[in-house]
Amino acid sequence: MGLWLGRQTYTLMIVPAAVTVLLIIVFPLVYTLWMAVNEYSMGINATPRFLGLANYLQAFRNERFLEAIPRTVYFTVLGVVAPTVIGTVAALAFARQFPGRGLLRTIFSLPMMATPVSIALIWQMMFHPQLGVLNYFLSLIHISPQLWIYSPRSVIPTLAIVETWQWTPFVMLIVLGGLAVLPSEPYEAALIDGASRLQTIRYVTIPLVWPYIMTAILLRSIDALKSFDIIYVMTQGGPGTASETLNIFLYLQAFAFYNIGLSSAVVVIFFLILVAMSIGLLVVRQKTSWQ
Amino acid sequence: MAIAGRKTVGRVGFGLGLGLLMAPTVFFFYWMISLSLKTDVDNLAYPPVLLPRTLTLSNYAYVFANSHFVRFAVNSLVVAVGSTGLALLLGIPAGYGIARSRRYGTALLILVARITPALSYLIPWFILFQQLGLANTYQALILTHLIIGLPLVIWVMLGFFEGVQQELEDAALIDGCTRFGSFLRVAVPLTRPGIVVSGILAFIFSWNNFIFAVVLAGPRLQTLPVAVFSMMSFEQTNWGPLAAAALLITAPVLLLTLTLQRDIVAGLAAGGMKG
Repeated sequence: MGLWLGRQTYTLMIVPAAVTVLLIIVFPLVYTLWMAVNEYSMGINATPRFLGLANYLQAFRNERFLEAIPRTVYFTVLGVVAPTVIGTVAALAFARQFPGRGLLRTIFSLPMMATPVSIALIWQMMFHPQLGVLNYFLSLIHISPQLWIYSPRSVIPTLAIVETWQWTPFVMLIVLGGLAVLPSEPYEAALIDGASRLQTIRYVTIPLVWPYIMTAILLRSIDALKSFDIIYVMTQGGPGTASETLNIFLYLQAFAFYNIGLSSAVVVIFFLILVAMSIGLLVVRQKTSWQ
Repeated sequence: MAIAGRKTVGRVGFGLGLGLLMAPTVFFFYWMISLSLKTDVDNLAYPPVLLPRTLTLSNYAYVFANSHFVRFAVNSLVVAVGSTGLALLLGIPAGYGIARSRRYGTALLILVARITPALSYLIPWFILFQQLGLANTYQALILTHLIIGLPLVIWVMLGFFEGVQQELEDAALIDGCTRFGSFLRVAVPLTRPGIVVSGILAFIFSWNNFIFAVVLAGPRLQTLPVAVFSMMSFEQTNWGPLAAAALLITAPVLLLTLTLQRDIVAGLAAGGMKG
């Protein structure tokens, strides 16, 4: 008995957390699967009626849903590419030794730690078409004032600017972690071969940290797809439905229109997209032994 | 001479580039602080007042006088402390158990939590909480915030426990310690930095969280981010008080990050996590 307990100690230590995870994370997901095939109205206690795949079919006939998909892809591409490029450049900069490096790096990472609602609020003030400081800056370099989040055409790129500003530090930190563990031999070889600084970065550094950049890209893709706070606080999906991404669509269907069956079906579709992307993440992680 | 010149040019170029990278962040926080300290007249002036001559605390006074700011702060604190405490209590032993028994399948579950959008929990939870009579309670908020904190704690602690040398614990086992005893007396003290980092991160992400409370909390139970979001709709261009409220909410997080910068950065890099 004592011996058994000894061996099972590790299992017993996992059990409470595992039960909690099952209860608060897995169970809701399974419950969602069930709701997605039933007619379910919030607040009404009538027994849900089995609908089969009708909710899914309804989703694919829903124009707002179909329009939200390319919009989400547009936002995600911008919100992945820009932070990855700028974040990698920032990581290369912060990998060098210079005075004040630690403090500057911390200040640079503040956007990803700051409360998203607060961030969104201040950006909204800066984007104000008449009184905003950004249009003032543009006027200084003779660019006509923009409508930013207030025009259907520019709302998605504008939100992507905020997303980029917020999450570039995240990419920087991951790539910086990769740069910190690079072997020195390839650099010595490059030095002997007379490579310039830029050549060294292009042909030595980037290929060596590529697995880290890939990890950053995949994590960023998942997070950009799920982005909610910034978009909802600044536009609530507007003007009209111009910034209604999948996540905002979901929120509105569930909690503004109480369309539980439809939103459950969309949750399942959304979840499958994310799982497919994460399998990619796992493959990359396995290849790189990144912690 | 030429080499020295090139070096100087390189340094200046690097400095300029770094300045360009830092500018959006530095300006943003400068602007946030300045909006919260400027008078209404200055805040709504065009061209914008970049260097205010008069500063005022009246925006902060306005926030405390015109909203139940303290109550919302208490709500945020109760939920963040409660969920972080629970996450540590459940997550530290679990991280250790996974690291020692190499049951990485459990870690996979955590990855599922990392990728799942919050809304997919929220819809079923919202219905269940209503049926259980738990809607609009601290318990409901703490439980949902555990969804953020628990995976984070397990994930970060897993890495830290893997770094503890097995020999140290074997010595404790030979000296008659039980496995749980060697966990408490050897592994936990050695991984204290990890516990601090994961606790702080769990706290910050709970404090920052908007989506759970906006759905599950009624007017009295609102957390700070939700309270400020509802302030937005009726304060319109009353920018001073709004900026003051925004700054008050995020100030504890920014100060925590600035004081514990290196540990937090290390924890974030280790976990690839975010809220």
